[in-house]
Amino acid sequence: MLIKRAADIRSSEITDKKLYLNRREFIGAAAATTAAVAAGMVGSESLVQAATPAPHGRKLENVKPSTFSTDEKPNKWEEITTYNNYYEFGIDKDSPSMFARNLKTEPWTVAIDGECAKKGNMPLEDVLKGETLEDRIYRHRCVEAWSMVIPWVGFPLANLIKKCEPTSKAKFIEFTTFFDTKQMSARTSAIRYPYVEGLRMDEAMHPLTIIAVGLYGEVIPNQDGAPMRLVVPWKYGFKHIKSIAKIKFVEKAPLNTWQDQAANEYGFYANVNPSVDHPRWSQATERRIGEFLRRKTIMFNGYGDQVASLYTGMDLKRNY
Amino acid sequence: MKLSDRAVRFGLKPIVFLASLGPFFYLVWAALTGNLSANPLSDLTNETGVWTLRFVCITLAITPLRKLTGWNALVKFRRMAGLYAFFYGTLHLLTYAIVDRFAGLDQAPGWVEAIGAGHVPGLTLVASTVHGLTKSIGEDIYKRPFITIGFAAWLTMLPLAITSTAGWIRRLGGKRWNLLHRLVYLTGVLAPLHYWWLVKADVNRPLTYAAVVAVLLGTRVLWNRSRRSVAVPARAPATHA
Repeated sequence: MLIKRAADIRSSEITDKKLYLNRREFIGAAAATTAAVAAGMVGSESLVQAATPAPHGRKLENVKPSTFSTDEKPNKWEEITTYNNYYEFGIDKDSPSMFARNLKTEPWTVAIDGECAKKGNMPLEDVLKGETLEDRIYRHRCVEAWSMVIPWVGFPLANLIKKCEPTSKAKFIEFTTFFDTKQMSARTSAIRYPYVEGLRMDEAMHPLTIIAVGLYGEVIPNQDGAPMRLVVPWKYGFKHIKSIAKIKFVEKAPLNTWQDQAANEYGFYANVNPSVDHPRWSQATERRIGEFLRRKTIMFNGYGDQVASLYTGMDLKRNY
Repeated sequence: MKLSDRAVRFGLKPIVFLASLGPFFYLVWAALTGNLSANPLSDLTNETGVWTLRFVCITLAITPLRKLTGWNALVKFRRMAGLYAFFYGTLHLLTYAIVDRFAGLDQAPGWVEAIGAGHVPGLTLVASTVHGLTKSIGEDIYKRPFITIGFAAWLTMLPLAITSTAGWIRRLGGKRWNLLHRLVYLTGVLAPLHYWWLVKADVNRPLTYAAVVAVLLGTRVLWNRSRRSVAVPARAPATHA
């Protein structure tokens, strides 16, 4: 006698075929999307490093040493030209080293604007006219808690400011980075462009503040801000605006890009300060590129003797 | 797919196992040969973190893929994928502890000195380092939300890794074990959040992972809902009978 066993699954538990197919379609679409997205993200964060150190440029002549230089050991050319934050060329540290070669830096003119007598376009040759270039070996501290020692070549920003003949209304300077999507591969809308930075007039006139046009005695590579960039060694790196296309003298403090981006994290002053943490990470220590042990970050990046007086009476916890 | 149990067990599984170690060996090789960036320590931290996220996504993808393809042997890879997520997550945590925390301790130069001279670090140094490191990591977890979230994400994986053995499934019983292992959904939520919280401006990458996790968890929700919605009307005729 054949006894039929009852089915383990009641017919009520069997999914209706229509629903079943829809679900498969949906999951199929979801899976395909997931796979495509996953492939994309693996690609965009590729492990393979294609960073390429900048080719060596023209040697700069008659460069004089400076007493402002540190005697610490400078970082290598390879390090300084492959580890850059220059978002216009991509957000990874090695992106600028791969894409910045497309930037055309000759001829170059800087637009001079605002509260000054000499408004107009100033060719780079005029910017450099009469300037004695100096080696300025400075400590460089990024807001991301890494640092380098960089042998810049440049001249005091104060000299350029004097050429522009600012009026008494000029209390601040607003700098703007060159921006052209054809030459710059900013593929993401990570931040708003063009990049803007600013200094108070006394900060800008300070003898430590320079316009750098060279690195290691050679013309500055594109990824480091060619043909002219700002260097303010007691401030975090994001203040050191690159590839300057415009200088405007203004009455009020300009809204710099990172402050505009996240005002609770990045301020106008951005002085290196180990006792004021970034809201998301500590600023007490830093990794000098090439070292394992972290160094203790020094107030004003070690330039306190020269610049602390600029900020007497100011609450640096509030004016970060 | 028509693969025999033997082919999966002795062929495919070892291949997948070795392939999953690929990123680890690549990183070791690249670090030793100077093929990382100018900041290799930061690369190691970032890459181990990103690979943790990828393996969390892979682990979460296995069940939906199994249901989609009907290839049940896929489930045999779920534990491995999960353990790799834990493996890369632990490497990520260790890298952070060493590179970010230990390297900043006052005791760290003493270690470098001792190791350089071929000495075994003294007991006082060991004790004060353990104290300093615990304090430093503890403060970081307390003070910084993205560290809190990241550490929490690792903690959610810990019991899953411990109870991943057949013995533990038996001890807990299938039902309880399954319930416990739903913690991985929390890992899937916390890990992209940790990533999103630490980037400076470009949130595209963390959002990509968040989207992948959302799809993978979303399919489960829909799956459960449609199963229920089918089950209920199917019983209804009984009342009309």
